[in-house]
Amino acid sequence: MNQFIEWISQPWPWYVAGPMIGLTVPALLILGNKTFGISSSLRHVCAACVPAGIPFFTYDWKKEIWNLLFVLGTAIGGFIAMNFLANPETIVISEATQADLTALGITNFTDLMPVEIFNWNTVFTGKGVLFFVIGGFLVGFGTRYAGGCTSGHAIMGISSLQWPSLVATIFFMVGGFLMTHVLLEPLMKLVGF
Amino acid sequence: MTKNKKNMDPIADPHCVAPNSSQTQDKGLALLKYVIIGIVFGIVFVKAEIISWFRIQEMFRLQSFHMYGVIGSAIVTGIISIQLIKRLNIKSIHGETINIPTKVFKKGQVIGGFIFGLGWAITGACPGPLFAQIGSGYTVILVTLVAALAGTWVYGKFEKQLPN
Repeated sequence: MNQFIEWISQPWPWYVAGPMIGLTVPALLILGNKTFGISSSLRHVCAACVPAGIPFFTYDWKKEIWNLLFVLGTAIGGFIAMNFLANPETIVISEATQADLTALGITNFTDLMPVEIFNWNTVFTGKGVLFFVIGGFLVGFGTRYAGGCTSGHAIMGISSLQWPSLVATIFFMVGGFLMTHVLLEPLMKLVGF
Repeated sequence: MTKNKKNMDPIADPHCVAPNSSQTQDKGLALLKYVIIGIVFGIVFVKAEIISWFRIQEMFRLQSFHMYGVIGSAIVTGIISIQLIKRLNIKSIHGETINIPTKVFKKGQVIGGFIFGLGWAITGACPGPLFAQIGSGYTVILVTLVAALAGTWVYGKFEKQLPN
């Protein structure tokens, strides 16, 4: 048992994680005739909490409660993994990435997230505005405008061979590359890096 | 059947990416299965370090194969699974024919997809990992989640005015 816990506590390679994520697709289809997609949960929360008479949020969200339970499970899974199955070693980040990020002003590479950004003290600073408020807003607005995120389009959509999802995924990557290689440096300078 | 109530039903709405095709409504404990699938999903996200901002940076900087391997092998697994379901005519546990709604092309997949990509490279997380980050103790990501909800709401509010 201890050996099992030790083994499971190591970071999982892509060829274990990817197929497990892929299996979410048939699991949801077979267990409930449900289509895999995460960003919809954000819409359901809006529909449940602040529909404000907007047609886009006026539907029976209770029928989609499964989607909210799924993301609740995702959060619980995060808690379990971090508290009971955590990797004892520090994360190994590619040296090239570390060099690039050091040039941008990031100094701490010991955690899954750069701790100098992702902590409560930065919330009311420029860093917080960029990394939480603007970043989060773009994720929420963009995924809904696109009709899905990495799960709904890249995984579920491409898995069911739907070309509009491939188009969406290509533009996810275009946006990500542009931000990473062109916009991130000036934005980070602007917020005090 | 509720399917006919068009205005109330996200199935009738091509913008909804995770519509609900089931005719059987899960109730009570039957809903627990979605929590359990979510838990497995969340554990994988943390254990494969998919929730890491650094892993997303590696991906967009083409400095590690990890995330491409994860997404690529997830897609391959999904394709094989769906082909098996279709060819073997596998039914859901409620005996329903499995239905995968068609995604209709619209400009939003280009414009919205691009906007999401910009955000993805800042937050280092798509919506799934956001929930796993919060659960794994990065509680400040609650702020990101609220911002993402605001973004979703603003899209809904101005949906009709946006090119689609």
